[in-house]
Amino acid sequence: MSLTGPEATRGADAPATPGVAAVALEEKTVVPRRKTRRDGSAKLTWRKALRRDWQLYTFLIVPLVFLLIFRYLPMLGNIIAFRRFRPGGSIFGDEWVGLYYFEAFINNQQFWTVFWNTVILGGLTLLICFPLPIVLALLLNELRSRRAKKFVQTISYLPHFMSIVIVAGLVLQLTAVNGTVNQIVEAFGGDAVAFMQSPEWFRTIYVSSEVWQTVGWGTILYLAALTTIDSQLYEAARIDGANRWKQTWHITLPGIRPTMMVLLILNIGSFMAVGFEKVLLLQNPLIYSTADVISTYLYRVGIQSAQFSYGTAIGLFEALIGLVLVLSANAISRRVVGASLW
Amino acid sequence: MTDPLTRTPDIAEVRPEGGSLKDTTGYRVFRVVNVVILTLVCAVTLYPFLNLIAKAFSSEGFIAAGEVNLIPRGFNTATFAAVMSDPLFWTNYRNTFVYTVLGTVIAMAITTTYAYAISRPRLKGRTFFVGIAVFTMFFSGGLIPNYILVANFLGWRNSMWAIVVPGALSVFNLLVMKSFFENFPVELEEAASIDGLSTYGVFARIVLPLSKAVIATMTLFYAVSLWNSWFSAFLYLDDKNLFPVTVYLRNLIAAATGTEAVTGGAGGDAVQIGANIQSVTMLLTVLPIICFYPFIQKFFVSGVMLGSVKG
Repeated sequence: MSLTGPEATRGADAPATPGVAAVALEEKTVVPRRKTRRDGSAKLTWRKALRRDWQLYTFLIVPLVFLLIFRYLPMLGNIIAFRRFRPGGSIFGDEWVGLYYFEAFINNQQFWTVFWNTVILGGLTLLICFPLPIVLALLLNELRSRRAKKFVQTISYLPHFMSIVIVAGLVLQLTAVNGTVNQIVEAFGGDAVAFMQSPEWFRTIYVSSEVWQTVGWGTILYLAALTTIDSQLYEAARIDGANRWKQTWHITLPGIRPTMMVLLILNIGSFMAVGFEKVLLLQNPLIYSTADVISTYLYRVGIQSAQFSYGTAIGLFEALIGLVLVLSANAISRRVVGASLW
Repeated sequence: MTDPLTRTPDIAEVRPEGGSLKDTTGYRVFRVVNVVILTLVCAVTLYPFLNLIAKAFSSEGFIAAGEVNLIPRGFNTATFAAVMSDPLFWTNYRNTFVYTVLGTVIAMAITTTYAYAISRPRLKGRTFFVGIAVFTMFFSGGLIPNYILVANFLGWRNSMWAIVVPGALSVFNLLVMKSFFENFPVELEEAASIDGLSTYGVFARIVLPLSKAVIATMTLFYAVSLWNSWFSAFLYLDDKNLFPVTVYLRNLIAAATGTEAVTGGAGGDAVQIGANIQSVTMLLTVLPIICFYPFIQKFFVSGVMLGSVKG
């Protein structure tokens, strides 16, 4: 501790202060609070840290073993994208085949179909599901009655708590030939459509159900961000003659911009992994031409047909695109807007 | 001690007091339109649930004719009796319950201890221990390596461990807990350790009892996601008697829509075969969530808020 400087000049005026610090240091488990973290750990060697805090380190054992086995071992397991895996053989594969499996899917026409399906579905989801919660949060924010606001929030959060199996079940029932959607179509004089047998309808249905399920819950972080905006800004703007729309445009939206950027980066990162479970539950072979995405294709060829190495190569490709997207979105956002995840 | 989790965030507070100055006509029109829009949002959100309930209490004929919307037609509760008398349904329902409880306990044990350790400033190597968890948020091993690990390497095919263990650490939950523990008054722990409590003692007798709010929140987070999960069970379990109720339901729907074995012209009407049974099963599956919903929602909201404050 750098007490010597200021304490020495003060001399006998404050004899108690260094004493307190000394006691605190002797008490092995106690670290004085004003000491910053960096100071604290820089001085300790690992041996000393382990001896002093061994009990604290025992808390880490089980979680670290867990992370190692269930998170990092599968990452290493990606090596089988480059090695031929045989059931019953080594879990890291048996022989090196280089980029064989990558070439296999790049030369596969079916792969490109699912690749573009993924990009289109992911792009539509991002384009529609990202801005809507912001709009809804702004609308909610304009409600005068707190009770009404709570009421709308409670209802709009509900779908978020449903299992994807339930959501898929509801979607299938509503879009059935005699379901509600077709009743509306017929009420307007149209003919009933077999939605789940028509490839051209899948994207609309998927994105609509995604909106239904996520929009309400998506407002939550924006509403939290709205509470942090200084109300004096609004007062000043009103005195300057800004109307509601101008206040929203010049104060509210810039105020929630950091939240918007963070969520946008996160959304971009999961762009390639479009709701795998929901797509898997909703699709059927009749609509594969639009409803088959990389992850469901991977499930079918990798797990169901047991082509493990081929499937892993596709999965690795998908994960790397996701990682590159997150990193670049974050870098761009940091440079342009000044908000970033890290 | 102020408890950030029980405090309901004051969202209404931010609304600028536009009323003090005179509202323009345009703004008044907007407010009416706004109320209409939000009412529509509520209606659209609720409709599928109300429709589900109506179908569950209707008779199959009316559903097939497309005559059930919000009000049950041909009121019947026999389907409830039929679904509930299926022994497989009850076995699967009980499995869901067991997986949820067991999985939550395991997840909470790992998350709480890890979050506490990495929240202590005196822990050397803290940045590293946080970093290796956060990295897994952005890059993961992928479906097949995970599958090989669980099914081949650990041999957990047809074992409930495949359901309750691999998902036991959510990094988001970990970070929320960590920031909660970081805000913990250090004086309390200092005082306790001066009085002779070991780190274990401080954790068990001081930290845990004072963290009931965050523990309850995280327990709910894990329990809801385990209750709703289906994919790991679908992936690793073949034995019908081990399925959770979500997989039971999924198989029911898949059988009705013929997604399992569509060869070409699956008739659209197949969807409605057993729509009544499907609705009843769906309703029974979501029942616990609906019952606890007001409670769950409050906790989730404050938990997410707490996580977002940290950023």
